[in-house]
Amino acid sequence: MINEALVLSSLLFVLGTFGVLVRRNAIIMFLCIELQLNAVNLAFIAFSRLMGIDGQVFVFFVMTVAAAEAAVGLAIIISVFRHYETVNVDNFKLLRW
Amino acid sequence: MTALLDSIGYSGWVLHTLIWMPILGIGLVLWADEQRAKYVAFWWSAVVLILSLGLWWAFDPTVGGIQMESATPWIKSWGVSYALGIDGISLFMVMLTTFSASISILASFNYIQNRQRPFYALMLMLEAGVVGVFLATDLFLFYVFFELTLVPMYFIVGIWGGARRIYAAIKFFLYTALGSLLMLVGILYLVYRAKTLLGAPTFAYAELLQVPLSGTEQLWLFGAFALAFSVKIPVFPLHTWLPDAHVEAPTSGSVILAAVLLKIGTYGFLRFLLPLFPVAAQHPVVVNTMLVLAVIGIIYTACVAAVQSDAKKLVAYTSVAHMGFVVLGIFALNVNGLQGGLVVMISHGISTGALFLLLGMLSERRHTREIEEFGGIARVAPWFATAFVVTALASIGLPGTSGFVGEFLVLLGAFEDHKGLALTATLGVILSAYYMLPMVQRIFFNPLEKQENREIRDLSKREIVILAPLCALMIWIGWNPTPLLERMEPSVRAVIERVEGATIEARARVEDEVNEGQIVDDGQE
Amino acid sequence: MHTALVEGGQATVDTAAQFEPFFPGLIILLPLIGFLINGALALKHARVSAAAVRLGGELDLGEGDHRPETHTLPSYVGPGVMLAAFLIASVNFIRMLSVELHEPHVIEYWTWIATGTFTVDAAIQLDQLSILMTMIVTGVGFLIHVFSVGYMSDDGGYPRYFSYLNLFIFFMLVLVMGASYPLMFVGWEGVGLCSYLLIGFWFSDREKSDAGKKAFIVNRIGDFGFLIAMFLLFGMFGTLDFVPLFSEADNLEYGGSLVTAVTLFLFLGAAGKSAQIPLYVWLPDAMAGPTPVSALIHAATMVTAGVYLVVRSSVLYALSPIASATVAGVGVFTALFAATIALKQNDIKKVLAYSTVSQLGYMFLGVGVGAYATGIFHLITHAFFKALLFLGAGAVIHSMHRSLHRTNDHQDPQDMRNMGGLKAFMPITWGTMWVATFAIAGIWPFAGFFSKDEIIWQTAAFGGAARAPYPALYQVYWVIALGTAILTAFYMTRMMVMTFHGSNRTGVEEAKHLYEAPPVMWLPLMALAVLSVVGGWINVPEALRETFIGLGPLTSEWLHRWLEPVTEQAHHIQEFNLGEVAEQAPFGGGEVTWAVISTVLALATVLTSFHLVIRKNVRAAAEDPELSGFSKVLYHKWYVDEVYDRLIVQPLIRTSRFCWRVIDARVIDGIVNGVGWAARGVGFIVSMFQTGTVNTYALVLTIGALIILGVSVF
Repeated sequence: MINEALVLSSLLFVLGTFGVLVRRNAIIMFLCIELQLNAVNLAFIAFSRLMGIDGQVFVFFVMTVAAAEAAVGLAIIISVFRHYETVNVDNFKLLRW
Repeated sequence: MTALLDSIGYSGWVLHTLIWMPILGIGLVLWADEQRAKYVAFWWSAVVLILSLGLWWAFDPTVGGIQMESATPWIKSWGVSYALGIDGISLFMVMLTTFSASISILASFNYIQNRQRPFYALMLMLEAGVVGVFLATDLFLFYVFFELTLVPMYFIVGIWGGARRIYAAIKFFLYTALGSLLMLVGILYLVYRAKTLLGAPTFAYAELLQVPLSGTEQLWLFGAFALAFSVKIPVFPLHTWLPDAHVEAPTSGSVILAAVLLKIGTYGFLRFLLPLFPVAAQHPVVVNTMLVLAVIGIIYTACVAAVQSDAKKLVAYTSVAHMGFVVLGIFALNVNGLQGGLVVMISHGISTGALFLLLGMLSERRHTREIEEFGGIARVAPWFATAFVVTALASIGLPGTSGFVGEFLVLLGAFEDHKGLALTATLGVILSAYYMLPMVQRIFFNPLEKQENREIRDLSKREIVILAPLCALMIWIGWNPTPLLERMEPSVRAVIERVEGATIEARARVEDEVNEGQIVDDGQE
Repeated sequence: MHTALVEGGQATVDTAAQFEPFFPGLIILLPLIGFLINGALALKHARVSAAAVRLGGELDLGEGDHRPETHTLPSYVGPGVMLAAFLIASVNFIRMLSVELHEPHVIEYWTWIATGTFTVDAAIQLDQLSILMTMIVTGVGFLIHVFSVGYMSDDGGYPRYFSYLNLFIFFMLVLVMGASYPLMFVGWEGVGLCSYLLIGFWFSDREKSDAGKKAFIVNRIGDFGFLIAMFLLFGMFGTLDFVPLFSEADNLEYGGSLVTAVTLFLFLGAAGKSAQIPLYVWLPDAMAGPTPVSALIHAATMVTAGVYLVVRSSVLYALSPIASATVAGVGVFTALFAATIALKQNDIKKVLAYSTVSQLGYMFLGVGVGAYATGIFHLITHAFFKALLFLGAGAVIHSMHRSLHRTNDHQDPQDMRNMGGLKAFMPITWGTMWVATFAIAGIWPFAGFFSKDEIIWQTAAFGGAARAPYPALYQVYWVIALGTAILTAFYMTRMMVMTFHGSNRTGVEEAKHLYEAPPVMWLPLMALAVLSVVGGWINVPEALRETFIGLGPLTSEWLHRWLEPVTEQAHHIQEFNLGEVAEQAPFGGGEVTWAVISTVLALATVLTSFHLVIRKNVRAAAEDPELSGFSKVLYHKWYVDEVYDRLIVQPLIRTSRFCWRVIDARVIDGIVNGVGWAARGVGFIVSMFQTGTVNTYALVLTIGALIILGVSVF
């Protein structure tokens, strides 16, 4: 049982990572990051069956942080969109030296 | 006087008050009107000064160790406490600080025209920081105050300074911060060693004194501490931040810088370096290096000072020369040298502070510091010239002024074991005349040729109030330094005894090791 | 041997009456009070005149008796405190005369500096030497203060002048009465300060201001030696108080290297203050100050402090034959050297300045050959006649200045080529100055004859001592000293003739305004003239007294006996190590013979040079042609100032500039700024990696994570 869950988790994580690396659309990238987080969540839950409740507690933290992150991240993306009228990350180079 | 002070429990609360009063004053100054801020700041600092004067009587001159001690745990798990205390070495430094803080606040009344509230708030913060440095008997607390003094000074130079103020402020900050970071590492190592010995970490000075350190450890730690303090003093060749900072700083900044901030370095030598690392402090290589640097500082900066065209820069360089005398006295490692060094610290604080004040007053009138722009001013501003000449003479150590007593004792002390170096340092006596008198002549004597100079005003009442006590102190200390000397002697002697004791101890330890080794050898055979 | 003597001395003290000092502190305090009063007045007055200067003008002083109030008080306070101090000193002197004082009387006031291992009190020492010096300082000082009332009456800085003068006397008294080397050093540098202030009294003149600065800096070179000597002494004895130090000094090895070093360093100090080779250069320039100042500081008192220092330390000098020979040698060569320069100077004060340097050289010759009392003797007589010469010159300059000022003539009032024939206008000045000239030329029975002749004689006698260290050297000294005496007579006569005799060269209109100085100025001249005659009679050697030149009952060998308690220790050391001094000069002849020879020579020189110079056609300064050849070298003072400038001053300035512009600005700041630039450069290169593209960051992050993962797994 645990093996299947971990395989799924890794698949999801790799998928998310791949998405973050290759896509240019900020929203898609954002979704991919969420995918990574949830992959980790899955792994936590799977492990918590073996090692006790701590893993599930962590998942709650991750979900909270993810929610906060979604709120802030989307707000940033929206304000960027308002400015550039695109959400292509290639335009986000303001923080360059 | 002592009875009166006892009846109000003076020695119980004064040290805390001297730190917290200025901090309280920051709030008051920020809360006051822009136009009234200076009066609030001045009177507040004057109250602090008056409170600190009581130390003169409350201090017990017979005790060599730290007195009026108090300690409250601050961060228990690290062994950090809010611990204050005073001894014959810090006593005069504290009084010098409160005194020069009041004086320099009073001297900025005209000079600082914009952003007055933050300026005076920073001055009070500086006062609190410096007093804290001199009073802290906990190394963590000391380090906090040590760094705290940097911040206000950085802003005072950087905001109210001259044309190249940013460069000067950053140079000052980086130089000092770099040195002090190494000291932090040193402190932490010391605490770590204390933890392995005592089981719990402690930053308390008295307990750290008990930590036995091997010779190599002492040398490394000495290096870390010495670098931090040498930058502050500054010792040649770490001195180049000083002329820039002095030239760019507003008058009051220069005064505080010269009068007390530089003394933090030499105070650190006396309070921490010598007692904590006595073996390293008398290692011949260390002693000779420090003495040679001090002597180079005396001769070299005197020469450099002599060819400056900017009066303020000239005086800034002379500061390095004077502080060289202090270092020379400290590493003479005898009572005369150390006491002389302390007197030079006091005397330099007064006379160089006064010189900066006078030059500030001069540039307020003429908006230039170029010596060539002046000439013949004694004719239109005779009081000004008198005050300047008196101060200049004290600065070059004319007998009968405070400068002589200090330099004489330093050289006397240094001459005991280091004849050649002391002889070279004595050349500084000639060179001091070589840099100071031409400046006096070119500013105050010579023909009065320029029309702008003809219109220079003489001292105002406020300026007389500022300068009179300074001049009086220079002459009073020159003729009767004994009250100062007798208050500092036991503490200085304690430092010397600790250093000398370490030699005996170290020798004994080496002998023990040798003996033990022999016994072991015997056993094996 | 010495211990026995000291014990014997103490025994006599116990039986004799005790010396009771009479307010000795007041002697020092009075000039200080005078300084404070005059100084306060000067500060008050300065503000008023500053206001006038600011408006573009000068403060009007008024003429004659209508002086502003600021002139009244200093005229009384200045000389008044001096008179009071002199009277108190006299009372002490008389009391000391009536008792036999073998040990110095030390009075402690407060602990000046006290560290754990070093203590020095603010204490004064009354003994035969210090009370004598005090009398000279206050006495001659008083006369010069009185003279100044007249001389400075037209000056705007009148109260300031008197405040400086009083301060000078204060420090001079600290110098001679201080009971320890550090206290003496206070006076030593203090008088240097006052000298600086008074030379540059007219500070608006760049040249005068420069002269003051030069004096101070050159003096500081000497003070360096004094300081080093003190440090060495402290290392040797653990104290710097005179009484314990000198009693300990008996235990030192004769001719030891430490004592030689100490005495040589002390002599460096003395050479600075007393203007000896190589540090004499400041004194001629110091003539920029008001003339009474030259009389007081640069002739009678301050410049003799070096001689006082050597005599005070006589025990140490007696222990070091090398140092003594150096002192004598430097002295006699300075005497000759300065005398040659004086031959060709045209400025009346410059002649006197070089003459002072030369006479100081004689004093050092005296103390260098162990004749300490004789050195002091010449110091005293010199104080009288040289003060008189300077004050006389002051009267001349005062008169010349007024006359040139009223006729709007811009000639130099101090140039003797512009004077001539002043005898007719200023008879009193003329007469008194001739008295002083006879005295300095060493003509019997004027004061200088006895003192100078004794120095020359003692040189011969010392060189001929049984175990004299360098007998040939002292013979050379003796010959030079004799020769210089002739030069002295020559240049002094030249000065007198150029100033007072021959035809008047001031110009017709100017001559109408020349007149004798007021009584307040000539009275001190008279007093000093009397002293210049009788001053030498206090110390006529036994050998001379037995003959007609000893003046019989009028004279005595008093000074030698008087100073005996101070110098006996040194004399015993000398006698013990060198043996008795000789009775005969190198070429035969005793003391009396040579005394007669030298006075005859001096008189002959005066007469010949009088005729030589008066016959020479002296032309006014404006018409006088440039000198050439050796005269030019002498006129330019052997170009010593120029050589110093090339060899010392300019290199020092160049080195200083190099230190600043290269070492400080390039090397050290170069490193500091270099570190800053390096940090920036590294930052710039690293910042290239920050592309701003989020995907790149993500890629790098991922790769990094994979690497870490890989490393940790495998």
